[in-house]
Formats: sequence, C-alpha cells, structure tokens
Amino acid sequence: MVASPPPASLSAPVVQLAHVTKTFGDVKAVNDVSLDIQRGEFFSMLGPSGCGKTTTLRLLAGFEQPDEDGGEVRLMGEVVNRRRPYERKVAMVFQNYALFPHLSVERNVAFGLEQRKLPKAQIADRVRHALQMVRLDPDVFARRMPSQLSGGQRQRVALARALVLEPAILLLDEPLGAIDLKLRKEMQLELKALNKQLGTTFVYVTHDQEEALTMSDRIAVMDNARVAQLGTPAEIYENPRTAFVAKFIGESNFLEGQARRSGEDWQLEWAYGGCARLPAHPGLRDGNTIRIAVRPEWMDVWRPDEVPAGENAVGGTIEDVIYLGETMHVLVRVPHAGTVTVAVRNEGQLIKPLPWKRGDQAAVAWLPEDCQILEDD
Amino acid sequence: MSSRLPRWLISVTLAVYAFLHLPLLVLVAFSFNDSKFSASWVGFTLDWYYRLFQRPDIMRGLKASLIVGGASTVVSAVLGTLVALALARHRFRGRTALEGFLYVPIVTPEIVVGISLLILFALAKIPLGLTTIIIAHVAFCLSFVVIVVLARLEGMDQNLEEAAMILGADEITTFWKVTVPQLWPGILSGALLAFTMSFDDFVITSFVSGSGSSTLPIVVYGMVRRNIEPSINAISTIILLVTTALIYLADRLTREK
Amino acid sequence: MASPRQRILGWLHPRPQARAWLLVAPGTLWLLVFFLVPILIMLVYSVMPRGIYGGVDPGFTLEHYRRFFDPLYLDILQRTFVWSVACTVICLVLGYPVAYVIARAGRWKSFLLFLVVLPFWTSFLVRTFAMIFLLRDTGLINNWLVKLGVDPIAMLYTPFAVMAGLVYGFLPFMVLPIYASLEKLDLSLLEAAEVLGARPTERFRRVTLPLSMPGVVAGCLLVFIPALGSFLTSDLLGGAKQMMIGNLVQNQFSAARNWPFGSAASFIVMALVLAAVMLYLKVKDREQAKAT
Repeated sequence: MVASPPPASLSAPVVQLAHVTKTFGDVKAVNDVSLDIQRGEFFSMLGPSGCGKTTTLRLLAGFEQPDEDGGEVRLMGEVVNRRRPYERKVAMVFQNYALFPHLSVERNVAFGLEQRKLPKAQIADRVRHALQMVRLDPDVFARRMPSQLSGGQRQRVALARALVLEPAILLLDEPLGAIDLKLRKEMQLELKALNKQLGTTFVYVTHDQEEALTMSDRIAVMDNARVAQLGTPAEIYENPRTAFVAKFIGESNFLEGQARRSGEDWQLEWAYGGCARLPAHPGLRDGNTIRIAVRPEWMDVWRPDEVPAGENAVGGTIEDVIYLGETMHVLVRVPHAGTVTVAVRNEGQLIKPLPWKRGDQAAVAWLPEDCQILEDD
Repeated sequence: MSSRLPRWLISVTLAVYAFLHLPLLVLVAFSFNDSKFSASWVGFTLDWYYRLFQRPDIMRGLKASLIVGGASTVVSAVLGTLVALALARHRFRGRTALEGFLYVPIVTPEIVVGISLLILFALAKIPLGLTTIIIAHVAFCLSFVVIVVLARLEGMDQNLEEAAMILGADEITTFWKVTVPQLWPGILSGALLAFTMSFDDFVITSFVSGSGSSTLPIVVYGMVRRNIEPSINAISTIILLVTTALIYLADRLTREK
Repeated sequence: MASPRQRILGWLHPRPQARAWLLVAPGTLWLLVFFLVPILIMLVYSVMPRGIYGGVDPGFTLEHYRRFFDPLYLDILQRTFVWSVACTVICLVLGYPVAYVIARAGRWKSFLLFLVVLPFWTSFLVRTFAMIFLLRDTGLINNWLVKLGVDPIAMLYTPFAVMAGLVYGFLPFMVLPIYASLEKLDLSLLEAAEVLGARPTERFRRVTLPLSMPGVVAGCLLVFIPALGSFLTSDLLGGAKQMMIGNLVQNQFSAARNWPFGSAASFIVMALVLAAVMLYLKVKDREQAKAT
C-alpha cells in the first residue's frame, strides 16, 4: 500500500504558506509566516511553547483560518483558506491521540473510510493493513477499546487511523509528547521509516529539538509567531543564524565585540582588548558590534601558552569540570564574557583524566571558521 | 497528625443522619401496618398497596404524572442540550447574560413561578390542563439540564470533534457520531433529573393544573389534607422508591468516564 | 453542486454568532416567554387595582404594597424572615459537623454523601408528610409517649412543627457546599498549625473555619432562599395560624381572590430572594478580591 506520488511536477511544493498571519484578540499567534514544504518531505516546526507552531499546523488542518488579509494557505497548489477540515485532503495525528472512546480500535481506524462511503470489504481490508503497518496485530487489537490500550498503542492506532486514508499530507501535533523516553526513540525511527516508505509528506510539530534533528529533512525553527530559521538539521545546528536559534538548538557560547577590517581579513575586537579572527561574512561592516556563537564542542581548553597557532583564544579561569558520561563540560570564567562551556570528549577519567582544576589559568580556543556570526533576532 | 474524629462529632453526625432518614423509614414501615390508625404496629399487610391500584384518582394521577414527566423531560433535554452546546463551544455576544439568566429559575421560589404562570395563562386565555403543566415543568427543569450537560461537555475532549472533522465528517455528522455518544450519559442524567423534579413537583403544578388534570403529587396532597390513612404511606413509599432508583441511575451515569 | 446541507453549513461556518444563537434560541425563548414575561406581568399586576372577580382593573396603585405595613401583614413578613434565619442557623449548626465528618471519611465519602443527597431529591411532599406522621396528635411520637405514660404533646400546627419541617427539608442544602469547601482544604495547613503549637480548637477556629467560609456562605444562601419562599411546610405542618408569605400568596390566588395583592406579596418574596443573591455575589467578589 505504498502511496505512489502523482506524475505531476515533482518540484511543486505540496504545502505553501504565503505571508500567513493569524490573530487571536490582540495577539498575533502567527505573524507573516511563509514556507514551502516539498512532496515526501519530513518537515518539522520546532520552537518553545507559544511560538506559533501549533497554530500554524491548525491553519493547515483548517481548524483555524488566516486573518482577512492574512495571506494564503495552499495545499497541492490550491488556496484552501476557507476550506473546512473535512474538505481538505490532509490527515492528522493529535497530541493526546483523540481516539473515539466509544468505538473499538477497528471502528476508529475505519472512521475516515466510512465517511468516504467505501464498500465494507474494502474497509476491513485496509484497516487490517493499516494496523499491520503500525505493528499492531489486527487479530489481537482490532476489537479492543481505546481504554484498554497503553499510551504507545493508542498512538499507533491514531497513526493507523490517519494513514489508512493514504493522505498526501500527514500533520502530526507533538504526537510523542506523552510517551516515555525509550518508546519515544523507537517511534521516532518508525515514523521516519514510514515517511520514506509511503512517500507521504509529514508536517511535524515539536518542542523537542533532538527529536526534530533526528527525524527531519528540514526544520522551521519558530519563535514568537515568526520563522527564525529554515533549513536542514545540519544547517540549523551548525549555522544558526540568530541568537535564539543558537540558544534553542543545542548549546552555544556567546561572545561580543566590534568587527574590524584588516586588509583582506576581518577581526573581532573584544571590548577589553585582544581580538579574534573572523570568517568572511557578507553582513560584516567595519565598526559594527556583532555577536558570535561558538558551540562547546567546537572549543578546546589549553594552558595559556599552549594554544595551537591559527586558533582564536580567550583567557580565563577554570570554574568547574562536570562529568556527563560521554563528554566532559569544562566551565571557564572569561572576564567580560561570563562563563564559557567547553565540551571535551571523555577519554576515561580513570585512565586519562583531564588536567583541569578549579582556579587554574586556562585559554579557551577555537578555529576561526567554527564560529557563527549572528544576525539580530 | 491525629486523624481520629472526636466522639461527640460522630454522635452529632449519626443523630443528623437518623433525623434525615428515620422519618422516611418509619413512613415506609407503616405502609405495611395492618391498622387504619397507623400509630402502633399491628401486623404486616399489603392491603394498602392493593387499595392504591383500586383508586381511580391515584391511577389517573399516576398517568398524568407520567405523561407530564415524559413530555417535559424530552423537551427540556432537547432544548437544554442545545443551549449547553452553544455555551460550551461558542463564544457569542450575550453569553454571560444568558449564563446568569439560566440561574434565575433555580433560585426563584416555586410560588412565584407558579402564580406568574397562572396569571399568564389566564391573561392569554389558555385553559389549564396537562399542556400548561408541561409548559411550566419545562420552564423550571431546563436550567438543570443545561448545568448537567454543560458539565459533561466541558469535561469532554474537544480534540475528538476535530479528529472527526479531519477524517472527513462534517459538523452534523460529527455531532451525531462523536459528540452525542460522548454526551449521552450527561443528557440521560439531566433527563432523569428533569423527570424526577417533574414527577415530584407540587407547588408549581398546583397553580397551573386545572381541576381535571391532577398529577400524582396533587392527589397525594389532597389525601394528606383530607384524611390520613396508610394508603398515603403506601403511595409515598412507591414515590420514594421510584425517585431513589432514578437518582441512583443519574448518579451512576455522571460517574462513568 | 453543493447539497442543501453543505450550503447551510457553508453559510453557518463563517458566522459563529449565528450558529450560537440558533442553538440557544429555542431554550432561551422558552424561558423568556414562560418564565421572565410571566414574572413581569405579575409585577405589573401588583400595581393595578383589584377587579370585581379578583383580577385586575386598569390603573395604577401602590395600595397592595402599602398593605404590607399593616400589623397583620408585617407580622407575616417578620415571621417568614425570622423563621428563615432560624432555620438557616439550625441547619448550619447541624450541617457543619456532618460536612466535616464526611470530608474526613475517606472511603466512605461517596456513600455518606449519597445518603445526604438522597432525601434532598425525593419528593418534598412525601418528606413533609413523614414529619406529619411523626408529629401528629395520634402520630408515632405521641403514640410512644402515651405508651410511656406521658401525656401527648400537641406538636403539629405549632411553630416547632414548621421549624422542624423546614430544617428537615433544607438541611442537605447546607451540608453539600460546606462539604465541597472542606474537601478542598489542604490538610498540610493543619499539620503546619499543629507543628506551630496550635491546639485542636484553635486549629479549627483559625484555619479550618475561615477556609470553609465560602461553603458556609453558599450553604446559608441555599437554605435561606427556599425557606423564604416556602409554602408547603407551613401549609401542612403549620396550619392557618402559622402563615408565611408563601401561604399568603397562595391564599390570594384561591380563597381570598385578590390577584394583584397576591402578586405584590409574591414580588416581595422575589425581591428578598434577589437581595440575598446579590449580597452573596458581592461578598463572594470581595472574598475573591481579597484572596488575589
């Protein structure tokens, strides 16, 4: 039952949001958001609660409508602003599963098919197949009621109920939120596999950045009703564009200074003296104050006089060394820049311990190209 | 912390419970008493119950109560559910006013409701009978149904209706296939409540019933006023049993999740 | 190509107000026509002169309200008010301990609650008759007194009987709200008080009682209001001499045939009830404002 994509132009986005705005009372829940989602993509919308990701999803589903002049929502090329949810060809999985408590598992899964008035035999067949696809044995689970299922099982039924309709687009609203960690990781991989296997476009909402990075082809990081950055997991993680993205995804150290041109190269002058080399960046202007983000794992800790040539360095005092198992975090207090966190691989503290103690003088160093020049939020 | 309750407290509580229930238990007990003057126990008999069935006024009263109860329950349940739906799922102008207004019938004394309706019917020259009783009963039961159904609605997962819609069901289909099955215990509970209140009502009914349309409570009132005999105990016992059963049912329905 | 159903839904969808009003209309109309309008008509009747057959003649007069300053009617008003207050106080004294015990009853809570609620839902008429059965001259209590060699006491048709009937009828209304607010009481507050050295009575006075006030106020209201408007109890248990306003009203619409006067009396009851409700709401708002 693999959904074969129609032969139409493969480059046309299946979902398009063009300058969409949605206001509730005085508050803009979605503010001038534009994005395109490609066929078959696993697309995530990631952000803290209140950032607008769920509202955006509900705009796609049809549970909310954009404001009067609030842009266009297009599905498969058609403008659907005013279309009701039951007139759109999308399916959805809800955060709390939303299984109909008065119907059995098979009646739940069959619901959408019954609305389409398909023949009974066909419905039974597709329901069976859908349950197998989400790895629930039909013979065991078909007759059960939702109240008799565990959280993970309910989520699978919710998934089956959506996928049995062979939708072109599947919306998922934080579906793994209520599931415990180990099962969650399993289901993340299963969802990803289903996405590739079926060719269905997945639009996924989550606040868990690890989840988004694991599963997505592309991520839209949202903050305060806007898209802060849109890109692949690698782009988001390795080239965060704003301080928000750098902070929300993984960890970052922030450093501030003035940009100075020096011949062909650029330098970052610290306010208290000293400088670091900057990679070229189109936004650099001589004299501007800029912020850079450097991820802990791009940094290293050296004795002040042992910093390798070519690397940027700032001096400081060791504040703490934290044991995290796979990595060690070395916290270094850098004057005028606060505490910098450096992530060092743990090569076995019992065999090859780190030489750092609280109070030691040290230098934190990184390669010039390993920093991110941040734009304003 | 000491969690044992002082003895005097428990005694007072037991006394109050006795006060609440003993009179009724006594009433029931003496419905089986084989003596017309009912003050001391003579022997066991079901005579008084048999006599009830032989009394045309009681039978007519019962029939009237059932008709009125049935009709006013159905009307209150339907109208009340619709209002509850609007209050739970829609934001609209005049909503707070309506919510306030719904509570007024509940605090209004029964005589006020009774006589104001009597005046209305007299003014509009509507003859008093079962219809006017039904109209009156719906008026005072409606608010209760709204409250019960509203409580159930607010506890209901709103995602269920959205899930149905995204699966292709329009608003009407969603209502019948998802909302109503979920709401059903609440509606039934409200209906049972309405029926109980209608079945038991005396004051309002006494004002809006004509001479030919006495409900059971009216007949019983007449019996109490005129001539005390154990048949009254018997019919009271029956009323008690019916009411208890209905309330128990309504309670179980509101419990189940 | 849209079916009528689709067209109706399509029309309704962008009009949330219309949808709401459509749902609300039948019920609201019913209440307006058969509840609000009659009361307004009754209000109008109360200021019109009495007609020959007991109805109204056109005109405007305040004589029906003025009659309430007659000692006879003032008496009735006063009696109604005093008895309602007395009933409320007695219900509070009896009901609070019961609510307290239920709130601490653990497993037995729902059973005990059900036992309290049950009489509340059964026919008021039947419960009043139960009282008659006990209190009559030839009733159960007197029967036992005679057997014990004591003279029978005339209990029926006395204020005592009416009070007993009122308390019996409305006690559950007091227990439930007090129970509800005691239930929410955080036991750790009492434990903290105990640790700080407060003895049981002090703990009750300074922690439990104040925190249960909302329930107490609600309970008092739920007893006071129906007591004010009560009719059946004083009718069956009090007889002609223990008239409350409710009986006065009923009388005007049967034997005395004075509809406008009855309307005025009825309106006075309504006004007293509304005053009590407004007072309650004001107190509740003030308590809530204090809490925030």
